[in-house]
Amino acid sequence: MAEKSSVFDMIGPVMIGPSSSHTAGVVRIARAAIRVLGGKPEKSVITFYNSFARTYEGHGSDKAIIAGLMDFKTDDPRIKEALEIAEKEKMDYTFKSVGNASVYHPNTIKLILEKEGRRVEVIGESKGGGVINIAEFDGFNANFSANLHTLILKADDVRGSIAYIANILSHDDCNIATMSVSRKGKNAQACLVIEMDSGLKDVTLAYIRSLKWVKEVIYIPDIDL
Amino acid sequence: MAFLFNDFASWKKYCAEHDLKLHETVLDYEQEQKGRIPDEIWAGLQKAYGVMKEAVETGLNEDMSSRSGMINNGAKKVFQHQQVVLSKEFQNLISRALAAKEVNSCMGRIVAAPTAGASGILPGVLYTLQEIHGLDDQKILEGLLIGAGIALIIEQKASLAGAVGGCQAETGSAAAMASGAIVYCLGGDVDQIFNAVAITIQCMLGLVCDPVAGLVEVPCVVRNASAAAIANSSAQMALANLSGVIPVDECVDAMGEVGQSMEARYKETALGGLATTPTGQKISKSVLIQDIEMLSDEDQE
Ligand code: SF4
Repeated sequence: MAEKSSVFDMIGPVMIGPSSSHTAGVVRIARAAIRVLGGKPEKSVITFYNSFARTYEGHGSDKAIIAGLMDFKTDDPRIKEALEIAEKEKMDYTFKSVGNASVYHPNTIKLILEKEGRRVEVIGESKGGGVINIAEFDGFNANFSANLHTLILKADDVRGSIAYIANILSHDDCNIATMSVSRKGKNAQACLVIEMDSGLKDVTLAYIRSLKWVKEVIYIPDIDL
Repeated sequence: MAFLFNDFASWKKYCAEHDLKLHETVLDYEQEQKGRIPDEIWAGLQKAYGVMKEAVETGLNEDMSSRSGMINNGAKKVFQHQQVVLSKEFQNLISRALAAKEVNSCMGRIVAAPTAGASGILPGVLYTLQEIHGLDDQKILEGLLIGAGIALIIEQKASLAGAVGGCQAETGSAAAMASGAIVYCLGGDVDQIFNAVAITIQCMLGLVCDPVAGLVEVPCVVRNASAAAIANSSAQMALANLSGVIPVDECVDAMGEVGQSMEARYKETALGGLATTPTGQKISKSVLIQDIEMLSDEDQE
């Protein structure tokens, strides 16, 4: 049985207009992306694809994405003034529009974010009702919703690594909701994306970080908090 | 197992069998489905109603002009206009529904009820109802719960999304929720409440979703005002026991059927109706970003 709607899906959510896919969803893509980067970006290149490419200004998605990059929440009234605030904070960003990219979902945004020499590329889709899918991260298939707690690992593709990580998480009483692995080539680096119902303890994260074959650990707790 | 909101007939039956009021079953449903305690639910409703009233005030007091220029402080103009068509109350109703919806179009904070496109209807109706009849907030919150129950059933049997069912699904559902809430707040019984929903759906049936330039502005804003008026006219009829003849469940089925057979160009795609009128297209051209890089079919990343 499909999950039943809540009273607060009918009377709610409380949100910033005009539409959940153009405002809330877009803010959430940016909030997820800055967590992948690990902070506010010094430089951002934002590409709106397909249906977003023509309409992002009219729907205020430009304000929404900048608001999200500044870590505003989806119901923050300052979203409306995000561009002015970004100007004051001397934020460095560029917008691009690309149409006809049939490989992408109709409402797709690509973010290339840079901070202190670190550069990440995140592709997010706004699926309606504020729901998002982070489709790609640095060229790996990621496919997470950022609704739950997400753990992203870049690791050497060693045998048994996935089972090992799953085991560690289970010792932290962590319920894994989804798990996916993507590799760029055989024996190349793998990217492991794990969505969990509950958060992780710092020690667990520290332990995972200490593993030799784990090259990068990104931990994203619930982005709406 | 709490009642599951599949149709109106079983909602009524469940209430009768368990000696519960309509809004109490919605409260039970939310507790059981989502594990929320009643205090949390009431607090959430109070917050939502607070945001609704705030949106009305914002729309009537702050600058409401959209980037496209299609919205330009319309609610204020209506609110302050000297010439009254029916009564000051009617003028207030219309301007408040416009106000909350303009806030939505101008990137302000609103409650999607049931959707963002229809976010002016419940605020306009409930704000005005409370003022005229001196109702306390608790009564309004109970009305909101009944509105939520109505929407849960419409979502099950038809749709609440313009992209799926046309505008009847968005502003039509909001008007049905509002109409049921009015009748409840004024002391109507279950049959009268459901009849108000039936009449409202009959009035809103067939409305297409045809937003100019794809923006939630024209005709969305004025439709929020007319839907608020229809919610009230339906409530007036239902309280007087004028029967909608077709039972509410069959009205919702009709809405689902009409929505299903509606062509895609009338479902938020901006490819039909007002969106493709000469003026609609002219506006679309000036608003939409023209300077975009188009990938050719081979040139995909
Ligand atoms: S016309 Fe479409 S976008 Fe506008 S309110 Fe109706 S359903 Fe929503």
